[in-house]
Amino acid sequence: MGSPYAIEMLNITKRFPGIIANDNITLQLKRGEIHALLGENGAGKSTLMSVLFGLYQPEEGVIKKDGQVVSIKDPNDANALGIGMVHQHFKLVECFTVLDNIIMGVEPTKHGFLQKAEAREKVLALSEKYGLHVDPDALIEDITVGMQQRTEILKMLYRENEILIFDEPTAVLTPQEIDELMQIMRNLAAEGKSILFISHKLAEIMAVADRCSVLRKGKYIGTVETANTTAEELSAMMVGRSVSFHVDKKPSEPGEVVLEVEGMTMASKLHKNNAVKNVSLKVRRGEIVCLAGIDGNGQTEFVYGLTGLEPLVSGSVKLCGKDITRAPIRQRSVMGMSHIPEDRHKHGLVLDYSLEDNMVLQRYFEPEFTDKAGFLRRRNIRSYAEKLIDQYDVRSGQGPVTIARSMSGGNQQKAIVAREIDNDPELLVAVQPTRGLDVGAIEYIHRQLVAQRDEGKAVLLVSLELDEVMDVPDRILVMYEGEIVGELDPKKTTQEELGLYMAGAKRDEVKA
Amino acid sequence: MKKNIFKSDGFQSLLASLLCIVLGLFLGYLVLLVINPAGAGEAILTVIKNFMTYNRPASQLKYFGNTLVKTAPLLMCALAILFAYKVGLFNIGAAGQYCAGVALSLYAALGLGWSWLPCMLLAICGGAILGGISGLLKSYCNVNEVISGIMLNWIVLYLTNMLLTTVKEDASPYTKVLAHINESAVLPSLGLGALFNNNQYVGLAVPLAVLMAILVWVVLEKTKFGYELKATGYNKNAAKYCGMAEKRNVILSLMISGALAGMGAAMLYLTGYEQWQCSTSSVPAMGFNGIAAAFLGGLNPIGTVLASFFIQHITAGGAYVDKSMYCAQISDLISALIIYLCGFVLFMKHTMNSYAAKREEKAALKARAAEAQAGAEAEKGGDQ
Amino acid sequence: MALLLQYTLIFASVLILVALGGCFAEHSGVINLGLEGIMIMGALGGALAMRYISPNVPAIVMILGVLAISALVGMVYSCLLAVACINFKADQTLVGTALNLLGTAGATVIVKAINTAANPDDVSSIVQYAGAKKAFTVSLGSFEFSWFMLVTALLLAAAYVLLYKTRFGLRLMACGEHPQAADSVGINVYRMRWAGVLISGFLGGIGGIVFITAGVSEWRFEYGVAGFGFLSLAVMIFGQWKPQRIALAALLFGLFRALSNVYMGFSFLMAMNIPSPVYNMMPYIISLIVLAFTSKRSRAPKAEGIPYDKGQR
Repeated sequence: MGSPYAIEMLNITKRFPGIIANDNITLQLKRGEIHALLGENGAGKSTLMSVLFGLYQPEEGVIKKDGQVVSIKDPNDANALGIGMVHQHFKLVECFTVLDNIIMGVEPTKHGFLQKAEAREKVLALSEKYGLHVDPDALIEDITVGMQQRTEILKMLYRENEILIFDEPTAVLTPQEIDELMQIMRNLAAEGKSILFISHKLAEIMAVADRCSVLRKGKYIGTVETANTTAEELSAMMVGRSVSFHVDKKPSEPGEVVLEVEGMTMASKLHKNNAVKNVSLKVRRGEIVCLAGIDGNGQTEFVYGLTGLEPLVSGSVKLCGKDITRAPIRQRSVMGMSHIPEDRHKHGLVLDYSLEDNMVLQRYFEPEFTDKAGFLRRRNIRSYAEKLIDQYDVRSGQGPVTIARSMSGGNQQKAIVAREIDNDPELLVAVQPTRGLDVGAIEYIHRQLVAQRDEGKAVLLVSLELDEVMDVPDRILVMYEGEIVGELDPKKTTQEELGLYMAGAKRDEVKA
Repeated sequence: MKKNIFKSDGFQSLLASLLCIVLGLFLGYLVLLVINPAGAGEAILTVIKNFMTYNRPASQLKYFGNTLVKTAPLLMCALAILFAYKVGLFNIGAAGQYCAGVALSLYAALGLGWSWLPCMLLAICGGAILGGISGLLKSYCNVNEVISGIMLNWIVLYLTNMLLTTVKEDASPYTKVLAHINESAVLPSLGLGALFNNNQYVGLAVPLAVLMAILVWVVLEKTKFGYELKATGYNKNAAKYCGMAEKRNVILSLMISGALAGMGAAMLYLTGYEQWQCSTSSVPAMGFNGIAAAFLGGLNPIGTVLASFFIQHITAGGAYVDKSMYCAQISDLISALIIYLCGFVLFMKHTMNSYAAKREEKAALKARAAEAQAGAEAEKGGDQ
Repeated sequence: MALLLQYTLIFASVLILVALGGCFAEHSGVINLGLEGIMIMGALGGALAMRYISPNVPAIVMILGVLAISALVGMVYSCLLAVACINFKADQTLVGTALNLLGTAGATVIVKAINTAANPDDVSSIVQYAGAKKAFTVSLGSFEFSWFMLVTALLLAAAYVLLYKTRFGLRLMACGEHPQAADSVGINVYRMRWAGVLISGFLGGIGGIVFITAGVSEWRFEYGVAGFGFLSLAVMIFGQWKPQRIALAALLFGLFRALSNVYMGFSFLMAMNIPSPVYNMMPYIISLIVLAFTSKRSRAPKAEGIPYDKGQR
């Protein structure tokens, strides 16, 4: 126990074909501290953690545990060294119980048969000790995201891990749940656990971490004590320049109603209750309305109903005064509804098609691109794609013939945004349009949304990111458990108030 | 920089297919060796030679014609598999759709006395309807098309036997000879038979099948319909999202697939080359061999033409092996091995890609090293 | 009536065994469409064992010997699927189909080679096992009890326990539902999937020998196993990937299959004058109808059919 460090990663370099994901990075985690790892998307945080977890082998550098050099070849080795991780996307089997998920991999057995009784006692004792309340016999698919995260934490504690890694743990939580998580982390550190907290949210790091190491574009920038620094300083370290998160925009001038949803009810795929319950809202010309809420409160289903991907249980949808409740998707698109989908790989792109073929996905059937005999007009498709690529600065290896799969996430998203905006919509439905993008691309997309509004389009933004919810829209509607529980003015509300609505702790009777 | 031939997809597909053929034949040879080492070499050569086994050019030509006659339906079945696969569907029901084509074309010809064109159209309809059923079950009931296809294969087999029993010879389980009963139902020869030493069975079917292959290529690559179908196949969620009638496309593509298979059956049975045995107890292998041909052809309609010929070539070749040592099914075994090996095509391509990438990297390194060296010492020659 | 019960039970046994095989493969994340081929190969192994084991050995030796060989051949054959689909990430539908074709063609070639070697004039693909088959049955009045029924019941119970009560089962199902989660807690996904496929080979092989000995005492291998591998998959879907439900589904399907063997024993069925091919079609028609109504809300293992790639997370 000579070394004050629980884990040291010294001079780690990890290369992938074409890029150096980690370039000579050093990270030292003291025993009993909460150490934040800060960096933008693509800065190399995940790669570094994968190296620590034995998922990747570094080309250079060593890992030390308690001052001793160790070799970590797979997650088993990491586990044996007492390293545990809560992944950003939980690694939980949905149709298993909480208990099964906790014991998986280290099951207590007698002659190969599971001995769940003793495991349950241990889990109950742990959840008592650290205030992690969750029913061990509930199925994962039936419990909230916050409880799922507690299950992940219990998984680490059950394995008696000493080094706990939290990968972007707050992304899916309400502000109140975030506060609870912070408290849990402090409790854990007080019990002697060493915590590595990966985040790009400065406020949280300042609130909970003792020290913070910063990565940028695969390189190690430095480590600072949070007590001796400011959020602005950390931000500058993270992005290399100081950025304003604020979106500049004029006050909105709402015009006539473009979208009118009345009493929409949608069924859920996951459970027997309805995912969307009797939701009504209006979006006018020249305004951005944001549907905010924690992931899984019915926003996805609402959008599916609105865009025609799933049928409504009841209610009606009107676009520019015309009833489109049962209209097919194509008709909605032709009538002026554009949709930037939540999942660009699932819905937004045909990844094995070229960029140009993806650019005409909503318009390929128009006379400009298909002749009367049903043959494609390839030349027109090419020139149209080139125009969009140019106009929206979509970067790719081989221009219009690049296969979409080979493009970066940001450029894929830009291509979708270009396609949907250029379709000249009356209503633009943008669902998490900046998910997984870096700061530059986020700014770009936010500017596009505002530009659409200023052109007199109606914009419905669905977002989970608090910053986006506060900055971009003119009106916020908060969705909780399938209902709209509040309408807020972003200029007059605070993140805390928003959080109370999102968590269902506060609600108004809203008639939008 | 020069374009690396290893990176071209067409070249990779060709190389992978050739590799599958060579490996398939080699494994077949090993099986023959195990069965009886004495004649294995000769037997595998016989399979490969097929009609070339005959010495006289006239016989060779005639039997070449026979191979072509059976290549036409095989090509149609392969196109059926390929067309559905482009939409992401594995139409194993092609065998049953082919079977329905047999039943309907023969019944119309022998029982109803129709001429060949309406007979063929009926067969096409039959295949299409059957494919449509699988499509409906897939898109509205979420039934895996492989399982529904297999069930339909068996159902159709029994129905075919029942239907064709009404037009069979009294003394044998075979259907009546087409040319005797209804001359008008025999496909026109177009004078092609004369080219193959007066092989009466060679005719319209062969060029028609090739034409269909070209047509399939055009539809898939050049039309709006093909654009939609492939989009559905690559990503059906995206197809739905952009308003393509995804369910309709699934049904339509299986119907077209079935139509192709049904048409293939008419192309064989309306030549009179074969009669149906009304006590047949397994689904005709044609539809399954179509899977081999489609995948061996790299899922490209034109490649499929060549692959179909090859598969039929070795299938026919199997009939010539020395029956005192081996059996004709050795060809089926080789086709099955080839299908199995086609499963590794993705891996082969991946290997070729990483090989090409490695070579490029090496070449780049070498070029850089050479440059550096050339700068340092001008007159030194190469190492070897 | 006893005959109907007997045939129902024996065909249900086949369906249970093979459907459980499919169930284990799918719970591990691999769709095994090659069960048909595995059955044929298992049947071939068993039939040859019956032919070559001396009929004078005690019945128990004969039973265990035949079962062991069928299971072993099934497992060996299923390795082809495992290698291609797990290690080389091949298209599972394509490889499964290849396995089925290869099974029929291979078994035919092997049997014909054996027959021709024994007697140059014999070019059939028939294996006879009338003598050895007696070891498997016990007559209880007019009901002919087959030891295979007992074996099936035992294996069914074992499958249930294995899936739901053991560490192995928990890990296996995790690999079929969320392989990344399984990997993250140190479970070797490839190994578990291999285990799933091998178990399906084991059960499929036994299912094959039970099938060909169900009603007849010789088998023509050119026929394959008449789509029973796929019927079993239908049973598996109908049974929602759960052993206890699979057993019930198999009994229903077995009944319809049995009818085609014994409908002549029922005067009211004879009176309806339905042609025999209709009875033959029955199981397939029923399975189509059942699938049409149950597939919509089926809960297949989430990750089935998707090759697992350690590099992709």
